[in-house]
Amino acid sequence: MSLSAEDVERIAKLARIRVDANEVVAYQTQLNGIFGLIEAMQAADTADIEPMSHAQDLFQRLRADVVTEPDRRAAFQAIAPQTENGLYLVPKVIE
Amino acid sequence: MQWETVIGLEVHAQLTTQSKIFSGASIAFGAEPNTQACQVDIALPGVLPVLNKGAVERGIRFGLAIGAKLNRINSFDRKNYFYPDLPKGYQISQFALPIVEGGELTVQVVEGGKTVEKTIRITRAHLEEDAGKSLHEDFHGMTGIDLNRAGTPLLEIVSEPDMRSAKEAVAYAKALHTLVTWIGICDGNMQEGSFRVDANVSVRPLGQKEFGTRREIKNLNSFRFMEQAINYEIRWQIEQIEDGHTIQQATVLFDPDSGETRMMRTKEDAHDYRYFPDPDLLPVKLDEDWIEQVRAGLPELPQQKQARYQGEWNLSAYDAATLTGSRALADYFEAVVAGLAKPDAKPDAKLAANWVMGDLSATLNKANLDIPASRISAAQLAGLLARIQDGTLSGKLAKQVFEAMWAGEGEADAIIEAKGLKQVSDSGEIEKIIDEVMAANAKSVEEFRAGKEKAFNALVGQVMKASKGKANPQQVNDLLRQKLNG
Repeated sequence: MSLSAEDVERIAKLARIRVDANEVVAYQTQLNGIFGLIEAMQAADTADIEPMSHAQDLFQRLRADVVTEPDRRAAFQAIAPQTENGLYLVPKVIE
Repeated sequence: MQWETVIGLEVHAQLTTQSKIFSGASIAFGAEPNTQACQVDIALPGVLPVLNKGAVERGIRFGLAIGAKLNRINSFDRKNYFYPDLPKGYQISQFALPIVEGGELTVQVVEGGKTVEKTIRITRAHLEEDAGKSLHEDFHGMTGIDLNRAGTPLLEIVSEPDMRSAKEAVAYAKALHTLVTWIGICDGNMQEGSFRVDANVSVRPLGQKEFGTRREIKNLNSFRFMEQAINYEIRWQIEQIEDGHTIQQATVLFDPDSGETRMMRTKEDAHDYRYFPDPDLLPVKLDEDWIEQVRAGLPELPQQKQARYQGEWNLSAYDAATLTGSRALADYFEAVVAGLAKPDAKPDAKLAANWVMGDLSATLNKANLDIPASRISAAQLAGLLARIQDGTLSGKLAKQVFEAMWAGEGEADAIIEAKGLKQVSDSGEIEKIIDEVMAANAKSVEEFRAGKEKAFNALVGQVMKASKGKANPQQVNDLLRQKLNG
C-alpha cells in the first residue's frame, strides 16, 4: 500500500497540522517508508498468536471510586489564555 | 407501496460513580464551571488516566443483567477528533474489545390494543468518558468551555436494528431506562443528560432484505421527543423516496419547537476517528470471583419479577409489566401484597394490583408525584384493602376512605370509624330499606314485573341512595330480586 499526496493532505488536516507542498512530498516518502516496514512485518505468520493490546504483559490496576481531587480551578485558569465566569474561552466553534 | 421502518438505538448512560472514569474528580451535577475538572480532565501534559473500579463494576452489572457475554479481557482505545470540549484531542473509549457483547432485552409493545412481547438484541456495551460542554452564547465572539463533565463515566449501549416502529423504539428505550436505574448503574435523569438516546432510522419496501440508507438522530433527551423525532424522520424519508430522491447517510438533530429533524452533517464530512489502542491504559481483566460477587449483589430483575407475578399470583402480562415499571413501584406493590398475606390462602394480588395501578397511580399522577412520595404508604393501602376483603367496605366506600387517607386523615379503620363508612351487610336492615323503597316506587316495581329489566337498576339505585351508599351492593341485588320475584 502506498499513500498519495491527497492522502497525506487529508491526514494532516485530520491531525490539524499545516503542511506546505514541499513538506507533503517529504512526508509522503517518509510515511510510505513506514508502510513498507509494516508490509514486511505483515509477512510474518501470526495465525497461532493471540492479538496483543499492550506491549506489557500486565493488566490494568483499578482505582477505588473515591473523590480525591480538590478544586484547583484558580491555579489552572491562571495559565489559560482567556477565561470568563469560570469558563475557558476559545475561538468560536459551531459545527 | 408498503414501507417498513428499521431502527437501532445507541444509548449513553451516565454511571452512578462518585468520581470520574480516569481521575479522582467529582461528577456531582450542577457544580460551578470547571471546579470539578482536574489536571487529568483538562489534559495537562504528563498526566495519566487511572481506571475507576466502580465504572468497570457497573459495566459488569449491566452485562449480567442482560445475559450478555462479559469480555474477561477488555481494553481501551483512542477515538480521535478535535473539538474544544475534548482537550486531549481524543476520547478514551472501548472499540475492539468492549466490556459487554451480546445480550437481549424483552419489551412489551401495545399493538392494536394488544400487548405483544418483543425481544431486542443488544450488540455491545462499552465504557467511555464523556466530553465537556461548549457554551455558544456570546462571550465577545468566543465560546465558553466547561470541563466539569469531561471524564464522566458512560456506558454506551448499542442495539441491533431490531425495532420496526417509533413505538417499539420507545418501548425498548423505556425498558432499558428501567433496567439501568433498577440495577443502580445510572440515575436515569434525562433532563440532566444522564440517559441520552441516538436513533438510527431507515426505511425499506416491505419484504426487501437489504436495509435502506440510515440517518442518525442525535441526542434525544425525552421519550416524547424520541417518538416525535422518529415518526417525523420516517415520514420524511418515505416522502423523499416516493418523490424520486435517494436518502444520503447523515447525522441530524431534532428540533422540538418545529417538530422536525434537520441536517447536522453528511457522510462526506463524517468523522474519521482513527481508533487505536490507548498506550496509557493496560488491558482490563475481569476475574471470575469478582463477576460472581457482582452477580450475587444483583437485585431480582424486572423480567424475573414479571414471571413471578404471573406464575405465583396469576397476574396478566400487562399488569406484571406495568407493576415492574420501576423498582420503587414494584417494591411498593410487593409490600401491599405482603400486607394482605394470610396464613391459609394466597394473598389477593389482583386486588392490590388494581388499586396500585388504578386509584393510587391516578392520584399520584394528578399530584405530579412519584411512588416514593406517595402520601399513602403500602401498609396503609393494605389496611384499606383488608377492609374490602372482609366486606366492611364496598368499592365505592373504599374510594372515600382512600381519599381521606390521602388527605392525611389516618389509617383505614380510624377513617371508617370516624366517618361511619361501614358497609351495611345485615340482611334485616337491608330488607327494611328495600321494603321502604318498593313502597315509595310502586311504578318501578310494576314496570319490572311487566318485564322491564331497566326498572331493576333504578330500584337498586334508590336502595343505595336510601342507605347513603353503605348497603352491600351484592346483597341489595340478591334481596331485591328475591322480593320482586317473590
